[in-house]
Amino acid sequence: MSATTSNVFSITATLLQIVLVALLGPLLIGFMAKTKARAEGRVGAPIVQPLRDIRKLLSKQRLHARHASVILPLAPMVILASTTVAIAISPLVATHPLLGSSADVLVIVYLLLTGSVAAALAGLDAGTAFGGMGASRAMTIGALAEPALLVAVIAMSIQSGTSNLPGIVATTMTHPNWVSGPSRLLALVALVIVVIAETGRLPVDNPATHLELTMIHEAMILEYAGPELAVITLGASMRLGLLFSLIANLFFPWGIATDGSYAALSLGVVALVAKTAIVALGIALIEVRSAKLRLFRLPELLAGGFVLSVLAVIAGLVTR
Amino acid sequence: MALLLIGFGLCGLAALSSSLPQRVRVVVASSLGALGCAFAFSAAMGVLVHGGTQSFHSARILPTIGLSLSLDPLGSLFVLASSFVGFAACIYCIGYVRGELRSRTAMSLMMVFILTLLAVPVASSVVSFMFFWELMALSSMLLILTDQRHSGDARSAALWYGVMTQLGAAAILFGLLLLTLHGGGQTFDDLRTHASSLHGAVRSFAFVISLLGFASKAGAVPLHVWLPKAHPEAPSPVSALMSSSMVAMGVYGIIRVGGQLLHGGVVWWWVVVALFGVVSALYGALHATTSTDVKRLLAYSTIDILGLVLVGVGASGALYDTGHPDVAKLALMSALLLVLAHAGFKGALFLSAGSIERSTGTRDLDQLGGLVHRMPVTATVFLISAGSIMAVPTLSGFSSEWLLLQGLLHGFTVTSTSTLIIMLLGVVSLALTGGLTAVAFVKAFGIGFLGQPRSVGADQAHDVTVTMKIAMGLLTVPSIVIGVLPGLVIPLVSRAAGVALSSDLSPVTKGTSLILSQFRGVIKPSLLLIGLLAVMLALWLGSRLLTERRARVVDAWACGRDLQTPRMQYTATSFAEPLQRVFADVLQPQSDLEVTHVAESQYYEQSLTYENQVRDVIEQRGYRPFIDVTLRAGGLARRIQNGSVHRYLAFGFVALLVILVVIA
Repeated sequence: MSATTSNVFSITATLLQIVLVALLGPLLIGFMAKTKARAEGRVGAPIVQPLRDIRKLLSKQRLHARHASVILPLAPMVILASTTVAIAISPLVATHPLLGSSADVLVIVYLLLTGSVAAALAGLDAGTAFGGMGASRAMTIGALAEPALLVAVIAMSIQSGTSNLPGIVATTMTHPNWVSGPSRLLALVALVIVVIAETGRLPVDNPATHLELTMIHEAMILEYAGPELAVITLGASMRLGLLFSLIANLFFPWGIATDGSYAALSLGVVALVAKTAIVALGIALIEVRSAKLRLFRLPELLAGGFVLSVLAVIAGLVTR
Repeated sequence: MALLLIGFGLCGLAALSSSLPQRVRVVVASSLGALGCAFAFSAAMGVLVHGGTQSFHSARILPTIGLSLSLDPLGSLFVLASSFVGFAACIYCIGYVRGELRSRTAMSLMMVFILTLLAVPVASSVVSFMFFWELMALSSMLLILTDQRHSGDARSAALWYGVMTQLGAAAILFGLLLLTLHGGGQTFDDLRTHASSLHGAVRSFAFVISLLGFASKAGAVPLHVWLPKAHPEAPSPVSALMSSSMVAMGVYGIIRVGGQLLHGGVVWWWVVVALFGVVSALYGALHATTSTDVKRLLAYSTIDILGLVLVGVGASGALYDTGHPDVAKLALMSALLLVLAHAGFKGALFLSAGSIERSTGTRDLDQLGGLVHRMPVTATVFLISAGSIMAVPTLSGFSSEWLLLQGLLHGFTVTSTSTLIIMLLGVVSLALTGGLTAVAFVKAFGIGFLGQPRSVGADQAHDVTVTMKIAMGLLTVPSIVIGVLPGLVIPLVSRAAGVALSSDLSPVTKGTSLILSQFRGVIKPSLLLIGLLAVMLALWLGSRLLTERRARVVDAWACGRDLQTPRMQYTATSFAEPLQRVFADVLQPQSDLEVTHVAESQYYEQSLTYENQVRDVIEQRGYRPFIDVTLRAGGLARRIQNGSVHRYLAFGFVALLVILVVIA
C-alpha cells in the first residue's frame, strides 16, 4: 500500500512543483517590479502583469527570421524542457519528488547550462549583430557564473557527503547549526551573486531596457515574437523561480514536506511561496540600490563570487 | 587473442594493399582496415565482458627478443576506443580521399598508424611496447606531412611533433630501461614482480621520467606545444585518430606504468599527474574559446579534456595511496569513461571539421556560417558531439563528468593535505572548464553553422558523400550510448580499472541508470531524457494545435533598415572578444588597430585595419628562447662549415697537428 501511495504522492508533488513554479516565476518577477516601483515612489504595474504579457504573446502570430534555421523554433522548447525537468526533480515543495533520487547538483547545473546554450545558439541563428552580441555576452557571463554556481553547491555537497539535492536538504534539516556556519554563509553570498547574473538582474543586466549598448538577454532573444517569445519568457521566469527556490531551500529548508502526507505538502507550498517572496524582496532591494555595472567590470563581481564559493569549500574542510 | 591477431593481420594487409592501382586502392585498403578494426573491437569487447587476460608470444616477429602481446581489460578499453574510431576513420576515407591521402604512402601509413594504435595497449614487454610506440609516432609524423605541398605550416608542425615525440619516447625508454635493469627481465610481468624490491628513489625517478614522455603524448601543458600544431595540419581522419586515440595512449602509459607495474607508487607522483591535468584543463579550455581555426579549437579542447582525464587519474592514484581504494577506483573509472566518451565525440568533431574543410575549402570560423542549411547531416553530428563535450545531460560527456565529480567529492574525506588540495583544484578545474567549453562550442557551432555564410566557399558548400556521413554518424553512437545508457558501459570500465588497482567497489547498474549506493549518488539519464522529450513533445503539439502551422518569414531586425549583410554578423573573433579581454593576463593577445584618416579631416576615417592574434604564451616564452639559442648556435657552427674545401683541408691539417702534438 505504502509503495503505491508514495508513488501517487511523488507524482502529485512533481506536478505541483511544475505548476507552482510556472506561476510563481512570473509572479515573482511582477512582485520584484512592484517592489522596485514602490521603493522608487511609483505605483508600478500589477503583480500579475508578467502573466498577462505571456497570455498576450500567446495569441500573436508566429514569425520566423529569414536565414534562421530550425534552431530558432527549437531553442524555446529546449529552454522550457530543461527548466521544467530541473524543477520537476528538485526538492522544492517536497523532499522526494519523482526522480528526486537523480536530482544531482550536476544534473541541475548542466540542465540550466543546456538552456543557456540553446538561447545563445538561437541568438546566433538569425545572423544579426544584436543576436551575436547578446549570445557572446551571455555566454561570457555564463562561463564565469556557472563555475561559481557549481562550486557553491559542491561546497554544500561536501558537507552533506552527497551530491544529491534531496540528500543535501535532508542533512541540512538534521544539522541546523550548519546553516549559520561559515561555509554556508560564504556559499550563500556566492549563490546570490550567481543568481543575479543568471537571471539577468541588476547590476549585471537590466531587465527593464532595450538599450543596444547594454542589453544581454533581451538582445539574444530579439528575433522572437508571439508564442515562441511567450515560451522563452516563461522559461526564463521559471528559471528564476527555480533558482530562488533553490536558494531558499538550500539555506532554509524548513517547511518542505518530508513525509508523504498531503497536509505537509500544502504547508510546503505555502512555505515555498513565502521563502521565495523573501528572496525576491531581498534581490529587488539590491536592485533598487545598485546601478548597472559596465560589462567589463562584471568579471570582477563574478570572479568574486567564484572565489567566495571556493572559500566556502575550504571553510567547510577546515571546520569539519 | 586470435581475433585480435586477425585484426592486426587485416590492418597489415590493408597497408600493403595501398600499392594496388589507384582506382581500387582506397576502397580495398579502407575496407580491409575497417574489417581489421572490427575484429580488434570484438576481441577487446570479449575481454572486457568476460574478463581474463589473453597472451601471445612470438620469437620470430621481432628477432632475438620476440614480440609479446597480452590483452587484459585495461588494454582492451584503449583498443576498444582505437578500433571504433579506426573503423569510422576507414569508412570516412572512402569518400574523403581525393587530395591529400590519395598517395600510396599516405594510405599505407594511415593503416600502419591504425595498426599501432591497436597494438600499443596490448604490447606486454618493453621492446614490443617501444617498437609500436615509435612506429605510431613515426607514421603519424609522416601523415602530418601528407599535405605539405600546399601548406607550409605542415612542415613546421611535423618538425615540432617529431622533436617532441622523439624526446618523449627517449624519456619513456629511459624510464622503462631503468626498471628493466633492476628487474629480472623486459616483460611487463617481470617488471611488476620486481618493482617492489626496487629502491624507492629508482622507482620514483623511473616513473617521473617516463611520465614526462607520456604527459607530452597526452598533450599535458606545458609539454603540449606540438598538439595544436599537429592536429590541424593532419588530414582529418588522421587528426580524428590522433586526438581520440593516440593522445589517450599517454594516459594509458601513465596508468600502466605508474598504477600497474609500479603498484601505485607514492602520493606525490599522483599529485604531479593531477597538477599536469589541472593546468592542461584550464589552459586548453581557455585557448579553445579564443581559437578561430575550427581544428585548432578542437585540438585545444583535446588538451582540456585530457587534462580532466589526468585529474581523474591523479586523484585516483593519490586516493589509492592514502588508503581509499573504493573512491580511487571511482576516480579511475571516471577517467577511463571520459577517454571512451572523448574518443567518440572528438572523433566525430574532427571528422565533421574535415567535412567542413572539404566542402568550403576553409576551416577558419570567421569565413564560415550558414552551413546548417547546406550541410544538415554534418551540422547534426557536430551539434550532438558538441553537446556531449559541453556535458549536456543525457550525453556522454555528462555521464563521465558526473562520475569524475563523484570521485572528487568523496575524495574530500581524506586527511592528507596534498590530496585534499588536488581534490579542490580538480573541482575548480572541472567547474571552470565546464563554462569555458560551453563558450568554445557555442562559438564553433553558432558561428560555423548558423547565421549567413561569410564567404563564397561557405555559400556554395554542400553536404559530403554517403560514406563520410555514415562514418560521422557512427561516431555519435558512443555519445548517446554512454550518455543515455551509462549502465551498459560502466561494468566494462569497472573491469578495466580493476587491473590497475584492487578494490571491492562495484557500482550497481540497475537497468540503464547508474547507482553508487555506497556514495549516495544516482543518475538516471534515460528517465531524464524521457522527461525532456515529453515536455518538448507537449510544447510541439501545443504549438501545432493552438497556432497556425507555418510561421511568417520576415527579415531579421536591423534597426529599421532593410539591409542585413553577412558582414554585420558577429564573427568567431568578436564572439570570444569579451572573454579574451577578461583573461588577457593569461592569453596575452596581440591586438593592433590602425586608423587611416582622410586627408581633409581627421574626423573621418579612410580605412581601418584591426589585427588580433592569440599566440600560445608557453610556446612563445618557454620554447622560443631555447629554439633561438639552438638556432644561434647552429648559425655559429655554420661559420666554421662554409663549404670551402680549402678551409676543410686546413681544419684537417690543424687537427692532425694537434693530435700529433698531444700524442708526442
